[in-house]
Amino acid sequence: MLRVEETQTTVEFSPELIAKFDDIVSRYPAGKQKSALLPILHLVQAEFGWLSSKAMDKVADYLKIQDIEVYEVATFYSMYFMRPLGKYVLEVCRTGPCEIVGAGKIMDYIEQKLGVKEGEVTADGLFSWRGVECLAACGYGPVLQIGPEYTFYENLTNESVDKLIADLKVKGNN
Amino acid sequence: MARKLLLTHINVPGINTFDVYRSKGGYASVEKALKTMSPDEIVEEVKKSGLRGRGGAGFPTGMKWSFLAKPEGVARYLVCNADESEPGTFKDRYLMTNIPHLLIEGMIVASFALGAKTSYIYVRGEMMPQIRILERAIAEAKNAGFLGKNILGTGYDLELYVQPGGGAYICGEETALLESLEGKRGNPRIKPPFPAIAGLYGCPTVVNNVESIAAVVPIINEGGEEYAKIGLGRSTGTKLISAGGNVKNPGVYEIDLGLPVEEFLYSDEFCGGIANGKRLKAVVAGGSSVPILPANLFLKTINNEPRLMSYESLSDGGFVSGTMLGSGGFIAYDEDQCIVRNTWNFTRFYHHESCGQCSPCREGTGWMEKVLHRLEHGHGKMSDMDLLVDVSKKIEGNTICPLGDAAAWPVASAIRHFRDEFEWHVTNGAEAVTRNFGLAHYADPLPKKEETVA
Repeated sequence: MLRVEETQTTVEFSPELIAKFDDIVSRYPAGKQKSALLPILHLVQAEFGWLSSKAMDKVADYLKIQDIEVYEVATFYSMYFMRPLGKYVLEVCRTGPCEIVGAGKIMDYIEQKLGVKEGEVTADGLFSWRGVECLAACGYGPVLQIGPEYTFYENLTNESVDKLIADLKVKGNN
Repeated sequence: MARKLLLTHINVPGINTFDVYRSKGGYASVEKALKTMSPDEIVEEVKKSGLRGRGGAGFPTGMKWSFLAKPEGVARYLVCNADESEPGTFKDRYLMTNIPHLLIEGMIVASFALGAKTSYIYVRGEMMPQIRILERAIAEAKNAGFLGKNILGTGYDLELYVQPGGGAYICGEETALLESLEGKRGNPRIKPPFPAIAGLYGCPTVVNNVESIAAVVPIINEGGEEYAKIGLGRSTGTKLISAGGNVKNPGVYEIDLGLPVEEFLYSDEFCGGIANGKRLKAVVAGGSSVPILPANLFLKTINNEPRLMSYESLSDGGFVSGTMLGSGGFIAYDEDQCIVRNTWNFTRFYHHESCGQCSPCREGTGWMEKVLHRLEHGHGKMSDMDLLVDVSKKIEGNTICPLGDAAAWPVASAIRHFRDEFEWHVTNGAEAVTRNFGLAHYADPLPKKEETVA
């Protein structure tokens, strides 16, 4: 069963966003516009921070496909958020090679530092964190990424996490 | 000193830009291929090179290309598989980040050989920085006349696009990748038909790994026969190996296939030995899906011959005493690492990444994860090991795609080679949780690096 929090009452796609959709659709043969679904969902998530059912319905309208075709894709892939999270979601790789160089301890430290459990949002709305599966940066672990640009931070230590969070707080509050 | 074919200019400042790449001889293979060779001649050259798919399966690339159906009036596609997400493997990310034009150059030559007018590079969604790098490089190549209409005045047209994934390991499987590229869930397709007959949009399609496509560049520049002189036996050419885990110098290395594993692991040119002066306990040689080997079996085969970095040598002994080269994702474990914890971690990965289409994989990976979790946390039973082997056998070979096998092999091999460590976790209960590492008697029987490498 699809679980989407209905906290977003209206969704409007700006002309600039629609222009980006159009550019993506032009990459595929005529009639194959559904191929644009994953890239468009990335753009929508970057714009709104997550994918509400209303946003997904509008994507379906734009691509001229059924709503369910959007839902089943959005819920299958791990990068799409079905509920609002913090402005910055710290995604720490927790798979084998990162684990043996200390990913578990880094996740414990982030939990303690932010004061919220995995998947929760800090009171100021700025941060969430979660463990994710292999990020293909095994030689530089522990690593984390932050969307929507998916910037990478490698060879993490408690000190580098401190600095990262401090920098994001300044950026997020400006 | 290993020769470099892919990473020749990797350290040249600005090599990620078209101008610098071109000044170092970049795009010469496009000029040679499009102006002086026919598509069939290019396919023949790749066949002569003996190049085997670098994504993990090791299937001969030239043969794969020659299977492509060519019905009249039907589009053909080349799709690059850049959905790198096999734990231990990070070579494609390195290549795309540092020398993106090498991939684009290979895509142009391969697309011409296959008769593709539109090609896609499917990059895992988490690699947004690499996607931006590739898009910029594609724009540069197009401005210089190497993409678009009438490339170099040869009459050949090619459009190249980058497609982001959505975060799913299964999309590294070629038919799941095609489903994803069509805007669907990444559920693998039943084969046959193979993509060479019915791939993207039902049209003939070739799906190749990033490194395979990049290797086409030196093959065309130097000739297939010259390329085949590098390496050993049917393992021709060079290979990118991404080394991680407890090695002293983690990173991406280009090796001649056939290099002794001991040299790769201990020489300063490559891994530099095990970090912090510890001993080697075990190695996963080709990404998390290949069988794990204890140090003694990794360094020497069961016949006491030195193990080599090649498809054949690493698989010597089959699954009883050998492993696979796979994707070249090399993970070394020092004597403090817990094999039970590592096996649980990998199984959690496969459970998370199972697409859910086949019951043995969907249910079996979750079952194995639960049993391994209780073993790792000191609540296991002696019968759990037999149960795990039984479940892994019921997954292996019973699924549409190889993810089921990939989930089964690490578990089966870990129990085969490290059974007494699993038993130790059962008998030591709470201590297993607090101590959190296993027995050390599998550690490298050889003396330390200083005493073995001149």
